[in-house]
Amino acid sequence: MTEMNRLRWNCRRGMLELDLVLTGFLDKHYPKLTGSQVKVFKELLDYPDTDLWDMIMARTEPADNTMKTVLQLIRAS
Amino acid sequence: MALLKRKFDAVIVGGGGSGLRAALQLSEAGLKCAVLSKVFPTRSHTVAAQGGIGASLGNMGEDNWLWHMYDTVKGSDYLGDQDAIEFMCRMAPQVVYELEHFGMPFDRNEDGTIYQRPFGGHSQNFGERPVQRSCCAADRTGHAMLHTLYQCNIRAQTQFFVEWMALDLILDQEGHVLGVTALEMETGDVIILQARATLFATGGAGRVYAASTNAFINTGDGLGMAARAGIPLEDMEFWQFHPTGVAGAGVLITEGVRGEGGYLLNKNGERFMERYAPTMKDLASRDVVARAVATEIKEGRGAGKDGDYILLKLDHLGPEVIEKRLPGIREIAKKFANVDPVTDPIPVVPTCHYQMGGIPTNYHGQVVVPKGENPETPVAGFYAAGECACCSIHGANRLGTNSLTDLLVFGKAAGDHMVQFLKENTNHKDLPKNAGEHTLARLARLENQKNGENVYTVATDMRKTMQAHCGVFRFPELLVDGVKKIREIAGRAKHTEIKDKSKVFNTARIEALELDNLIEVAVATLVSAEARKESRGAHDRADYHKRDDANWMKHTLYYNAVNRISYKPVHLKPLSVETFEPKARVY
Repeated sequence: MTEMNRLRWNCRRGMLELDLVLTGFLDKHYPKLTGSQVKVFKELLDYPDTDLWDMIMARTEPADNTMKTVLQLIRAS
Repeated sequence: MALLKRKFDAVIVGGGGSGLRAALQLSEAGLKCAVLSKVFPTRSHTVAAQGGIGASLGNMGEDNWLWHMYDTVKGSDYLGDQDAIEFMCRMAPQVVYELEHFGMPFDRNEDGTIYQRPFGGHSQNFGERPVQRSCCAADRTGHAMLHTLYQCNIRAQTQFFVEWMALDLILDQEGHVLGVTALEMETGDVIILQARATLFATGGAGRVYAASTNAFINTGDGLGMAARAGIPLEDMEFWQFHPTGVAGAGVLITEGVRGEGGYLLNKNGERFMERYAPTMKDLASRDVVARAVATEIKEGRGAGKDGDYILLKLDHLGPEVIEKRLPGIREIAKKFANVDPVTDPIPVVPTCHYQMGGIPTNYHGQVVVPKGENPETPVAGFYAAGECACCSIHGANRLGTNSLTDLLVFGKAAGDHMVQFLKENTNHKDLPKNAGEHTLARLARLENQKNGENVYTVATDMRKTMQAHCGVFRFPELLVDGVKKIREIAGRAKHTEIKDKSKVFNTARIEALELDNLIEVAVATLVSAEARKESRGAHDRADYHKRDDANWMKHTLYYNAVNRISYKPVHLKPLSVETFEPKARVY
């Protein structure tokens, strides 16, 4: 519960677009993530808003495969 | 119960553009300065500003601050204070060059000077022809600005309290501000941050509307705290709307979509803009389009099961044009409206974007309130800057790119004035015995509430009421009815209940406390809007079509705590130049 609450707050961003997408992802896909995917999701939350948004909009792609998978799930939220 | 105390020279609430700019002045002067922020500072809503910083550098053609001033006064529909506007326009080039020296990655011209982009409403020679005045860093100006200022503050040793939420202002018997109470989200602890000077830089409260482009954090915390402390809110009836945000989400659909040939339809499939603007149709100015959309919805021609949105059609452009000329629009529509614009229209509504009103200040950033004969007596030790403040440079309507200029100029000006104030007031005043009690009472009420209402339900009703009764185009009967409704909702907000009573990152508690702030803004907005019987700038009434300078050239002040409205004069006299006399605002 605590961990989920902390993540929910970390999904509060400067851009509305990210608020909407990340909150949706948290409710829909997060509970089903594997351990390594959870780790990558937390890493993604540390990215600056504009960089994270570019990745979600597929304007840039990360090299890491787990990150690609998590991004695909975020895009599908 | 005595709360734990921490002492600083200055406390700044809010880590966006204006808070960071002010903090830099204080920390560089060697003062002990704390900045509180609900989220990591570089994730403040300033990050969403793409347009640029308006400043008359004259890099792309002749320009000067007086022309910028004229455009700003005219944009404000003559409600802006001309002394503050002169101050801002004169200071704008300087704060841009400072930012350049701090390392801001501005776009450049071939000769190395800062590139300036064109932007609507900016002109040469008092409206004669357009001028390029917006200094930008690609489409990431706000982002770059936050990162630059944050780095400077780290170097200057500003102390950050990240993931802290300020809860209430602390005043003594003389009305001096002595700091704030604040909640640490990680522990749930509440402490007092004592300061000789306090600045609110908490941003706007756009989340009061159902359709809003604002991030979730924009809950008007500074305005709520000020209102609860008995400080009036100024010109809250003025909110800027964008005509086309995705219905239900708020995400903007750029005007470029209509520029490329997209057009609006009502539920009957009628291209209704032909009725409102026969020549320009869907390319008429923002306010004309927004008013037409609001009228169609109000008169029952909105689409969808609740008839509460309009359709933006662009499938006739074909997938190639959509992909090539409007990159990202297809993804945005799919993600946030659940439609593919290649085959289906996008549901859109007029969407709240920017708050012109706020905590009343002068151009030094000092919070000012009426006292005796003086309508603008400074509140000792209290400052506000940025979107939460009303200074008032935006008046009834903000000129594009002036929001970032505002943050830099008045963040710095407030910081400078605070440095001076701290030199003259070297000792911390004693805290009143009951400091923090009000906050603890609020928290205890929330903790112990039985048979109360869900925060989300009350917040949703507030947002729907604001949208339906006090949106972009305002109808008298809806305003009167809206005042009644919002008061009733404000009553319900006093009895919210949360199920989760945990300490660590309890988002339910935070959202309940945010609602306490939003509701103050919502009430102030509706009451002020109902009272203003004219149309000016963003306040557009169906029953009073015209600006009425004889009766309404004045700022609204609304006292939430005692439900009283009063007015104060507009500063028509600039600092050094002649007054720009009111004229009809035509572009």
